Amino acid sequence: MKDIFLKKQILKRPDELKRHYDVVIIGGGSHGLATAYYLATHHGITNVAILEKSYIGSGAAGRNTTIIRANYRTPEGAAFYKQSVELYERLSGELDFNLMFSQHGHFTLAHSDRSLVVQQERAEVNKLLGIDSYVIDAKEVKKLCPQINISTDVTWPIQGALYHPPGGIIRHDAVVWGFAKQVTRAGIEIHQNVEVTGFDISNGRVHGVKTTKGDVSCGVVLSATAGWSSIVAKMAGVPLPIIGSILQAFVTEPVKPFLDKIIVSAQMHIYCSQTDRGEFLIGAEVEPYPTYSNKGTFPFVEYACRHVLELFPQLHATKILRHWTGLCDMSPDYSPIMGLTELDGFLVDCGWGTYGFKAAPIVGVTLAELIAKGKTPALIEPFKLDRFYTDTLVSEAAAAAVSH
Amino acid sequence: MLVTCPNCGPREVQELRCAGESTTRPKTTPTQRELNEYIYFRANEAGLQREWWFCRACEDWFLAERNTVTNEVSRTWHPARSPEGSAR
Repeated sequence: MKDIFLKKQILKRPDELKRHYDVVIIGGGSHGLATAYYLATHHGITNVAILEKSYIGSGAAGRNTTIIRANYRTPEGAAFYKQSVELYERLSGELDFNLMFSQHGHFTLAHSDRSLVVQQERAEVNKLLGIDSYVIDAKEVKKLCPQINISTDVTWPIQGALYHPPGGIIRHDAVVWGFAKQVTRAGIEIHQNVEVTGFDISNGRVHGVKTTKGDVSCGVVLSATAGWSSIVAKMAGVPLPIIGSILQAFVTEPVKPFLDKIIVSAQMHIYCSQTDRGEFLIGAEVEPYPTYSNKGTFPFVEYACRHVLELFPQLHATKILRHWTGLCDMSPDYSPIMGLTELDGFLVDCGWGTYGFKAAPIVGVTLAELIAKGKTPALIEPFKLDRFYTDTLVSEAAAAAVSH
Repeated sequence: MLVTCPNCGPREVQELRCAGESTTRPKTTPTQRELNEYIYFRANEAGLQREWWFCRACEDWFLAERNTVTNEVSRTWHPARSPEGSAR
């Protein structure tokens, strides 16, 4: 009987760490796993180890609000996320794992004239890049999403919305498991409960990684550690423009399916969707002070409930089931930081703040190409760490400051 | 989470604003690199961190020492009224 369960195990537990790997990826989240997957499938590099200090998907990959969208404000950002959405669309088949991706549409509500102007700007940038995204008025919002309250008897009446039909939600844990399954099949080792404690650095180059399970030598190290990026980069002596803060979310008890759209409000700083299990998933803004404490706060619950009830008064009697936090690595311009650093062989993938999960496949494709060929792909050229030294920031605050 | 304002005493965190970790100003004519390091790059300590806070009630700025892992504020003080000032 025991054998049946063992055979079904997706993840084979690898033995001890080998002495050498071509590539060591720190962090077994969606980004680390995706990079390993594309290293194997696109470039045939399989002498790779993923080192995860906890279990795979224990960080941001398992704590996000699963929204996938591409309606960003900057051409650099929008073009990048567009490819990510396209990769997600065929990922279930590719990974042979049901990711339950449902693209039912994404609304960014506008509650003021100024907000509508910003939404219009975003729509124009999106249209130019071939992303399906346009501005609609309050009546149209009500037509597409009859459940929403568009009355003017609220704090911030809805004026209109940026509508993004391909926006959707996905089963985030399945993304982690799907990548992990294929990565393991390709012969890449996933080492859980292995924490990195330092690096072997000489002559401006990283030669190895020190871990709690022994030292390994390696050609390239990628730190895909999200909220813990500053700590890992500090060990390598690479300063980062990152501030860590927590983002909170909660789900209600499951109710009958009545909302298939994703609703985001930039003014109220909240977003909500209904999961396949019927739970209402509600998230808000990062806490306004830097912290590493994964402890939820009551003001968040109070704030989020107040605003969600103005959009969906039907939920007034629904109880909260679970409430959790995730650590976010916020960059100054709300754009990610990817690629080479001043330390040879040490690559970073951080600054993903509150929008990292939706980019996982394209991060994997581009970083795998960078590791395999040694040259930064044009798509992620604007996101290099160097931009903070040369003042070439990519301000995504208009589309990403609300954490959805 | 409570933060003790030197003027108003212990306050809920929403009544104050965290302005981030205290940094050292670069010299008078910094290079672009020095200036950008000062503007963008942060230590982002996991542990004891010295930071600037602003109290919305008395509208005054003060320094705090907070453990960012536990959110415990061990000490707050007014730089002008303390011999050590704002020095790191």
